[in-house]
Amino acid sequence: MFEIFGIPSTALFGQLVLGLVNGSFYALLGLGLAVIFGMLNIINFAHGAQYMMGAFAAVLLLDKLGIGYWPALVLVPVIIGAFGIVIERLLLQWLYKLDHLYGLLLTFGLALVIEGVFRRYYGPSGIRYGVPDLLQGEQNLGFMSLPDYPAWVIAVSVVVCFGTWFAIARTRLGSYLRAATENPTLVRAFGIDVPRMIMLTYGFGVALAALAGVLAAPIYNVSAQMGSDLIIVVFAVVVIGGMGSIMGAIVAGFGLGIVEGLTEAFFPEASSTVIFAVMVIVLLIRPTGLFVRGT
Amino acid sequence: MAAIDAAAIPQSEIPASMKIAFAVMVATLVAAPLPPFQVDPVFLMKALCFALFACAFNLLIGYGGLLSFGHAMFFGWASYVAAHLAKVGAISMPYWSDGWHWLVIPLPPQSPELAILGGTLVAGVLGGIVGALAIRRQGVYFAMITLALAQMMYLFALQMKFTGGEDGIQGVPRGRLFGIIDLSGSVAMYAFVMLIFLAAFLLIYRIVYSPFGEVLKAIRENEPRAISLGYKTERYKLVAFILSATLAGLAGATKALAFQFASLTDLHWTMSGEVVLMALVGGFGTIFGPVVGAVAIVALQTHFASFGEWVPVIEGAIFIACVLVLRRGVVGELAARLHIRL
Repeated sequence: MFEIFGIPSTALFGQLVLGLVNGSFYALLGLGLAVIFGMLNIINFAHGAQYMMGAFAAVLLLDKLGIGYWPALVLVPVIIGAFGIVIERLLLQWLYKLDHLYGLLLTFGLALVIEGVFRRYYGPSGIRYGVPDLLQGEQNLGFMSLPDYPAWVIAVSVVVCFGTWFAIARTRLGSYLRAATENPTLVRAFGIDVPRMIMLTYGFGVALAALAGVLAAPIYNVSAQMGSDLIIVVFAVVVIGGMGSIMGAIVAGFGLGIVEGLTEAFFPEASSTVIFAVMVIVLLIRPTGLFVRGT
Repeated sequence: MAAIDAAAIPQSEIPASMKIAFAVMVATLVAAPLPPFQVDPVFLMKALCFALFACAFNLLIGYGGLLSFGHAMFFGWASYVAAHLAKVGAISMPYWSDGWHWLVIPLPPQSPELAILGGTLVAGVLGGIVGALAIRRQGVYFAMITLALAQMMYLFALQMKFTGGEDGIQGVPRGRLFGIIDLSGSVAMYAFVMLIFLAAFLLIYRIVYSPFGEVLKAIRENEPRAISLGYKTERYKLVAFILSATLAGLAGATKALAFQFASLTDLHWTMSGEVVLMALVGGFGTIFGPVVGAVAIVALQTHFASFGEWVPVIEGAIFIACVLVLRRGVVGELAARLHIRL
């Protein structure tokens, strides 16, 4: 064991892993926000609530139907994504022609409703959800021991984030999506069903949040308010990265997770505020966000 | 009241609808605690503090088009500072001279006016800093930045010693106004809160219909055009932000004295959301809307207090309903139907 700036290396690497785990959630949620904002011009304030629903859905599937972690990883995003599509058809589709702020206000109300209902039925204290048997071990890497579950979370997040980036930046479907973001009227004139694409995009963004919720269930306490504090941090991440680029949202998510983890190692009392402090600095020196060229 | 009214606004400019609405409002506030209505003064004070808070918030969204999702930080911090000043009766700050020392400036004991002034000033300074950062981005980013900065100020309050952490500051003395008028009775305190509210309300009216307010509305409607006309729009937005934050602080400081405590609840993001809801229900960009909205929401919270857990759900549902079918708010819709200004 050796020390780096007076911190034992194992502790430092441990914090780095924790930071990467947090960063995985920032990246997944920030990515969902960016994808939704790109298509719908709405900041989805209910994103945190939908993440919480994902975690609760995993818990409920296990409790009521005996469906375990692995099927839940696929089922929950589909169920919550479908819920997102219903929300889009019922509520959001009426807002596209209005000021962007109304989307923020409506989804804020939606977040209050969802969170309130879950708090009413499950109380403010949390529920535990076990780590799946397959991932309970840990790997000895020589300089530290890496527990399997955090490693799994990081891996899934990296794969999903870059898969999404690839789908949007490099495939035909993605090119339709980008074109519809730029000029929906013109894309419609080419015979592409833009409203349906918008609907599916929202469903996909919500499914990403739900997937993050299932991944979070075994490590964080599953409770009604687990999403709201997280989503405020993700907003700061999104302000830092700028929502103009998918890659920006992903890189900012992982990067700020690492920054937070290292702050926890060196100045634990500043760890909860460091991301907001970074946001202030970015606003001072590069107000458009780190990954956006000009305005 | 008539004296302030006449001094603040040239009589010729005020539309009749405004005069009537103002008279009705003042009459309601004066009559409410008296028989036969006998509305609980505690409820009235709460409603007025939130009405002032919502009016301050509306100055920004309704006339500047800027949606702040972090106004609880001004309300909450002013409330802490006022509670601290009234209770401890001294300003203490650290300074450096061969090590850190505390500089303690004693205040006259039990002076509510100084406590409120202190809280309001702190909110104004905080508004200057937050505003300067937030106006660097527009639209939804502005909302997200204010929300994030408010969360940061919430976490600071949670960590700092003087705020009392989860307990807050309790048992704040109301003291004697200017050392003469005893405010410990709820009638005297209500009268004091009402005076503060009415003075701030008239000030907001004055701001909205001043040349400054007209430029602000122009920026809301079309910022690039306002810039091309030579207005330094960033400066106008910053001044509007500081005014709004200061008045929100006045509301928070007054609430700390009226309710004799300051707590984290007033600083939480849910409080920022609540003030948005109040202004939305009444109508963004109407003078009387936020007052009506605040009274309605406070009444709802009081009435449904026994269903405690359902209150956020009801509030969320009202949010959704207002955005979908009542975007002008109750007062805004009424004014539009009757073709009057309110």
